[in-house]
Amino acid sequence: MKAMLDVDLDGIALRSPVMAASGCLRSLKDIHGLLDVRKLGAIVTPSITLEPLHGGPGPRVAESPSGILTATGFQNPGIEAFLVEELPSLIRTRVPVIVSVGGTRLDEYLRVATDLALIDGIAALEVNLAFPNLERGGARFAHRADHAAEVIGAVSRMTRFPVFAKLSADVADIVDVARACIDAGAHGLTLINGVPGMVIDVDDERPRLAAGTGWVSGPAIRPLAQRAIFDVSQAFPAIPILGCGGISDGKSAVAAMLAGAWAVQVGTAMLVQPDVPLEITKDVLRHLRKTGLDSPSELRGGLRSAQPTAAEDER
Amino acid sequence: MKRISAEVLSSRTFGDHQSITIVAPEIAERVRPGQFVQVAMPPDREFILRRPFAVAKASREGGWAGTLEFAFRSQGAATDWLGSVRAHQFLDVIGPLGKGFAAPKSRTTCLLVGESVAIGQLYFLAEELRGQGKRVDMIVWGRSQGDVYKPIEGKRLAQTFALLTGDGSMGLRGSIEQALPGIAERCGSDVIYAAGSRSMLRAVARFAQEVHIPSQVAVQESMGCGWGQCFTCVIPMVRRDGAHYDNVRSCTEGPVFNSSRVAWDVWFPPEPARPIDAPSPQGADAPTDPDTVDGQAAGSPGSTSMEGDVR
Repeated sequence: MKAMLDVDLDGIALRSPVMAASGCLRSLKDIHGLLDVRKLGAIVTPSITLEPLHGGPGPRVAESPSGILTATGFQNPGIEAFLVEELPSLIRTRVPVIVSVGGTRLDEYLRVATDLALIDGIAALEVNLAFPNLERGGARFAHRADHAAEVIGAVSRMTRFPVFAKLSADVADIVDVARACIDAGAHGLTLINGVPGMVIDVDDERPRLAAGTGWVSGPAIRPLAQRAIFDVSQAFPAIPILGCGGISDGKSAVAAMLAGAWAVQVGTAMLVQPDVPLEITKDVLRHLRKTGLDSPSELRGGLRSAQPTAAEDER
Repeated sequence: MKRISAEVLSSRTFGDHQSITIVAPEIAERVRPGQFVQVAMPPDREFILRRPFAVAKASREGGWAGTLEFAFRSQGAATDWLGSVRAHQFLDVIGPLGKGFAAPKSRTTCLLVGESVAIGQLYFLAEELRGQGKRVDMIVWGRSQGDVYKPIEGKRLAQTFALLTGDGSMGLRGSIEQALPGIAERCGSDVIYAAGSRSMLRAVARFAQEVHIPSQVAVQESMGCGWGQCFTCVIPMVRRDGAHYDNVRSCTEGPVFNSSRVAWDVWFPPEPARPIDAPSPQGADAPTDPDTVDGQAAGSPGSTSMEGDVR
């Protein structure tokens, strides 16, 4: 049964294709009793920056139809405290740990990656490119193929860990950004990040988040993620893609893999039901059995054409 | 904490509020006043987050043993749905969550101050304090008569029970801020517990500081998860050095806080009105400088959401 769920991300072995997405599993002690983390395919940490980030005031979360809008200002303890206070307990779970790396300048990404270089037990780095590039006008790295590639290239060259580039879908051509990152040395891609958005309270005539805008996540962005995964995987079938964005049940996980994802990340849904990744894992297995497949990887590329052939139609 | 499927025993209306009693022995056994539960919304609806509710009562013995009660006001699609839930339906509940009120060690005269539906958790606290032989006095406030949650409970539990409404439709007309000093003095209160709006909590904190008595306040912030993962329900807490603050999670570090530790002026700037201060797509999540208490006190729309819809 276990063997059936094994996934190989081109050299990274996972026991399950379902992992916890960045920012939605950050405190093991506080989730005790709600989730057996050892059954996760992998854990992606919150994005860690060089210095601690405190984030802005609340409200930091609001709901939007079938989704949520959040803006935590990338609050995180900074790499130094993370290494001492948070990473060891994650590594002790023996679940593959993917550390999400953040930064507002090239140098910051590199220094965080350097501090991680000697740690044993890290499976990969995920470079979160949704940070603003403060060295070059403040546009988000993910919005500029060249800025994204610069970071991914530099981090890939200096680290021994495989590097996943986490991309945003609100770009003119995500395949173009993906190509730049792959050419620069990315091992794989995480598709997609939260999508910038806004929720306005009409009675109050104010935005519902103190920050004004935030990131939309949850089922609301699922179609955006599926399209991004599909387009990029069609262009780069040999590059591991971690599907992320609105995956909240077995069906949406299978859909992401049919679209081309090698594994999936569950985020917002974990904030509602902490053990939902394990439920999704079971549902994926059930789907594989039902369809007579031997491994999640066989789902990949299994997407049929939108138009059934005459023969299929008759069945 | 546990996630359980809890049978609804009853759903009742009290004025503008509703209260739901559920069978949840695992939670009722352990929950303390000030702690909360997270109730899942039905699948396949537009609203996906759980809703946090402070526990208003937990029964550990007698005919109601193993049940707990929470109260809310219908003010949106999610609480409307919850209001339609009937006996024998099941709710997906996680709890107990958060840190509750700390009982005073030496102090014996407790003043409990609450607003609207948040009063419920203070009745739970009053029961506990009375059980420990403390004196309990209460001030409760509602916008109008219907907004005062179960005043009869307060009359039963409190030695002095002051009831105020914004429109004078029940009790005296006035605000907690006005009534607090006189009542605290008359009762000889040596500790204050408060639950309600942020502005009321701040008034309580100010008063407590003026007269040098400790106070604990239960905050109600918009929450993503409720168990410490998402970092959306933070409030600013003054560090021990007194000069800086940290954004701490109200779900795990609170929702009850020592009022003297809350960085009120950061959390609730004296000048609340703030236009969308140009959070450009770049600026919205741009990291801020390490925060100082006196520094950039960015305003925030003053919505609170416990016992209600996520705003």
